[in-house]
Amino acid sequence: MATETHGAEHAAQAVSACVDSYGSAIGMPQLCGEWIPNQIFWLVITLVVIFFVLSRIALPRIASVLAERQGTITNDIAAAEQLKRKAEDAEAAYEKALADAKAEAQAIAQKTRDDIKGELDAALAKADEEISAKAAESAKAIDEIRASAVDAVEEVAKDTAAAIVTALGGKADDAAIAAAVTARVKG
Amino acid sequence: MASEAAEKGTGLVFHPMDQFITKPLFGDGAVGMFTITNLTLWLFLAVLGIIGLMVIGTSRRAIVPSRAQSVAELAYGFVYKMVEDVTGKDGVKYFPYIFTLFIFILFSNFLALLPMSYSPTSMIAVTAVMGFGVFIAVTVLGFVKNGAGFLGLFWVSSAPLALRPILALIEIISYFVRPVSHSIRLAGNIMAGHAVLKVFAGFAAITLVSPLSILGVTAIYALEVLVGFIQAYVFTILTCVYLKDALHPSH
Repeated sequence: MATETHGAEHAAQAVSACVDSYGSAIGMPQLCGEWIPNQIFWLVITLVVIFFVLSRIALPRIASVLAERQGTITNDIAAAEQLKRKAEDAEAAYEKALADAKAEAQAIAQKTRDDIKGELDAALAKADEEISAKAAESAKAIDEIRASAVDAVEEVAKDTAAAIVTALGGKADDAAIAAAVTARVKG
Repeated sequence: MASEAAEKGTGLVFHPMDQFITKPLFGDGAVGMFTITNLTLWLFLAVLGIIGLMVIGTSRRAIVPSRAQSVAELAYGFVYKMVEDVTGKDGVKYFPYIFTLFIFILFSNFLALLPMSYSPTSMIAVTAVMGFGVFIAVTVLGFVKNGAGFLGLFWVSSAPLALRPILALIEIISYFVRPVSHSIRLAGNIMAGHAVLKVFAGFAAITLVSPLSILGVTAIYALEVLVGFIQAYVFTILTCVYLKDALHPSH
């Protein structure tokens, strides 16, 4: 390769085997054996430091923070669940009270309605009774009036008959007239 | 190639690989094993970032998290769930190791997207340490947990008997290729992305092309943000898959 021959030319002036006199890399710096011990040394130190810092301080701390947060979240969720259950209980109690009140109101309304109906029925029955009594009374009165009318007719007929007989110059025999009128009226 | 172009002094200069040079942070000189380099600086910044997010961000331990805390919790939950889903309950005790890998790769990838930064995860040495580390740890764990039963991983008992030796060979080869692909996948992705960014940026030297070049840089940058996360995710989930094989080797 061109680079290699070039590197060889300047080897005398070069700072190292991997850098030419212009400060440029010869070939791949990654493959420069001169630097490898240095790189490995510092890398190992770095990794050891990082490992101890992480495993002694950072990772346990983060683990505890995460666990604590998980605990807090679990507790909060449990508390929320409990509160929710309480709210549900309260709602159920409220609904029950509401239903009870409704039922009671309905019962009271029903009872009132029944009472009113009973009173009304009683009043109606009484009124009917009174009406029928009055009607019977009236019928009786009418019958009486009718009977008395018949009697009056008989009386008037007898009186009239007697008067006519007298006017015609006859002698009014009360008994005969009465018998005749009664027979006629019945007729 | 790139350096030749520089020598000839043509207008267009590409040094897409220069960003990966490991150099001493203070003064010049050779890079020894303990030299503080630009790599050290960016590894240190990654550590600072991780401490900032995971330790300082969560310091208030709030039940209702702040932004930083919820990001940290998100990362924790993301990786924890991944480990739990892939490896099962008994894999959870390896979660800190896996999380270390994930958060380190994630921060390195994202910090590497800052201009003038250095990307540790683009270095094959870095990713190979992690890849082979996972490989060795998982293999040792597999033998410790299951004894010779761990070899059942290579003996596909659901296949016809005649095929099993061939499958075993394939399984063994694929098993040993795992750490290589595991580490090169990450380094390759990050390196390629950053090199492409540099190439696009190099075109900005031509006035006529520069708007297109900036548009390209922007698009690739957005892609790299995605790649940075996805590669951290892929590395982590593959680690989980390998761990699952070690814990439950039966096919």
